[in-house]
Amino acid sequence: MSSINLRLQHGYPGFALDLDLQLPGKGVTALYGHSGSGKTTCLRCIAGLERASKAYVQINDEVWQDSHNDLFVPVHKRALGYIFQEASLFPHLSVRANLEFGLRRIALKERRVDMAHATQLLGISHLLERAPKNLSGGERQRVGIARALLTSPRLLLMDEPLAALDSQRKREIMPYLERLHAELDIPVLYVSHSQDEVARLADHIVLLSEGKVLASGPIGETLARLDLPLARGDDAGVVVEGQVTDYNLHYQLLTLQLPGSSQHLRVAHASMAVGQTLRVKVQARDISLSLSSGEHSSILNSLHVTVVGETAADNQAHVLVRLDAGGTALLARITRYSRDQLGLYVGQSLWAQIKSVAVLA
Amino acid sequence: MPLTSADFAAIWLTLQLASLTTVILLIVGTPIALWLAHTRSRFRGPIGAIVALPLVLPPTVIGFYLLLAMGPHGYVGQFTQFLGLGTLTFSFAGLVIGSVIYSMPFVVQPLQNAFTAIGPRPLEVAATLRANRWDTFFTVILPLARPGFITAAILGFAHTVGEFGVVLMIGGNIPEKTRVVSVQIYDHVEALEYAQAHWLAGAMVVFSFLVLLALYSSRKSQTGWS
Repeated sequence: MSSINLRLQHGYPGFALDLDLQLPGKGVTALYGHSGSGKTTCLRCIAGLERASKAYVQINDEVWQDSHNDLFVPVHKRALGYIFQEASLFPHLSVRANLEFGLRRIALKERRVDMAHATQLLGISHLLERAPKNLSGGERQRVGIARALLTSPRLLLMDEPLAALDSQRKREIMPYLERLHAELDIPVLYVSHSQDEVARLADHIVLLSEGKVLASGPIGETLARLDLPLARGDDAGVVVEGQVTDYNLHYQLLTLQLPGSSQHLRVAHASMAVGQTLRVKVQARDISLSLSSGEHSSILNSLHVTVVGETAADNQAHVLVRLDAGGTALLARITRYSRDQLGLYVGQSLWAQIKSVAVLA
Repeated sequence: MPLTSADFAAIWLTLQLASLTTVILLIVGTPIALWLAHTRSRFRGPIGAIVALPLVLPPTVIGFYLLLAMGPHGYVGQFTQFLGLGTLTFSFAGLVIGSVIYSMPFVVQPLQNAFTAIGPRPLEVAATLRANRWDTFFTVILPLARPGFITAAILGFAHTVGEFGVVLMIGGNIPEKTRVVSVQIYDHVEALEYAQAHWLAGAMVVFSFLVLLALYSSRKSQTGWS
């Protein structure tokens, strides 16, 4: 099983990074946390842009840094792609020359991504002869991503690639990131402080706070953990990746089977083939709990669930309840009053009525 | 003919001195400027101050110390004698060394400003795109800092042409060896050859104006980082 092993200790006045992580060697891992939590420093240390005082960095079968054995592979010898917050294109080079900058330095037999593929994947084929200053922010960032891909990296490090863009540009880039995720077999470490980006892109999440790891785990499971600050906010919710089992053309509704469960969610969506997967977010505040299935209602989704636990929310009026829908974890944010009215206890069987489901990808 | 052959010899010598000095300064000054622009070392301040010293010191002071150092009893003089080269004082080579020190800040500072303006990001980007340091220097730093290099070369050249005090102290006044234009003008004035002095001095004014004109006209074509 391929994996990424990181042990980093690095500090400067007022801040100390100290973490020990085993991450999956494929898919997107989000490094999530507030600004100042050490996400970017962590990424820079992995890249070697900053030299951590004590470090062990192993990407699948390559060791890039091992301070015990005085090993420090310089940045330019690490097979990585780095996407900075601002695209940082070379202003003296055309888009094409920017793309070729990395590509030219990769031996022919090492190349796994070619120009045509990268430009088509990021939708920039028509921009090649332009100067960077004549591109929009979103286009620049797409060129930056393609430029990194063309070095055929074994690891893609993305430092809040969308943070410098307005929401329209974010929407413009997001589909490209999702395509990357779907089409390329390169592990990605994605730094973000946006729950929305993390929910859409990440398979695995690392929660950082003040240079330490609060949690590290698969996204669905970790977002539903009651012991983490993630669950307490108004924006709390879980990410579910369901498999399409049916499409009703008349009502334009997809039916998704929940992973490891016989239960289904129905989602208003364009047609998709049976067997494909769709990622949705179910917000904790969009779930209400009921003792009956509530068949005569406009609510589309009503799941049979068991209460697993509860915790206080970020205010006195609400509590968060963790539910198990036959193998899929859900979170419900209900009032304390309702909890007492229902007489909620661990192990109780209930119906979770889901007011809305947000399609993520 | 308003200029004598001695005047032409002085002009030729001055051009040789300024060209050689500029080339040496670009080679020596670039790593110093790069270091000053990017280091976080505590020696950054002191080194920067030393490089800037010729800006404020009277040229006679620089010349005086160089004279002592390169003379037969100075460290440099003893070393060059040990190598069988004799002493560098009152020689063209000595003048070049003096000029390099004297014009150093005029080359290092524009370069340092250019490198600082580029910032660390392009260098980091280049490294993540597999470029080593030399590669990065030639493909990223050099093109991005080109306006800085042009400014540095023009200022270094022009300032060396305008040198007088240091030359007089360490070079003296030897025709075709150390007698540059500024010294030649001085000689003319001493000899009350005002007409001769006028021609050379006027040529210097025109030259200096043209150099500065070229410099200030090229300023608008600076490239920015996006």
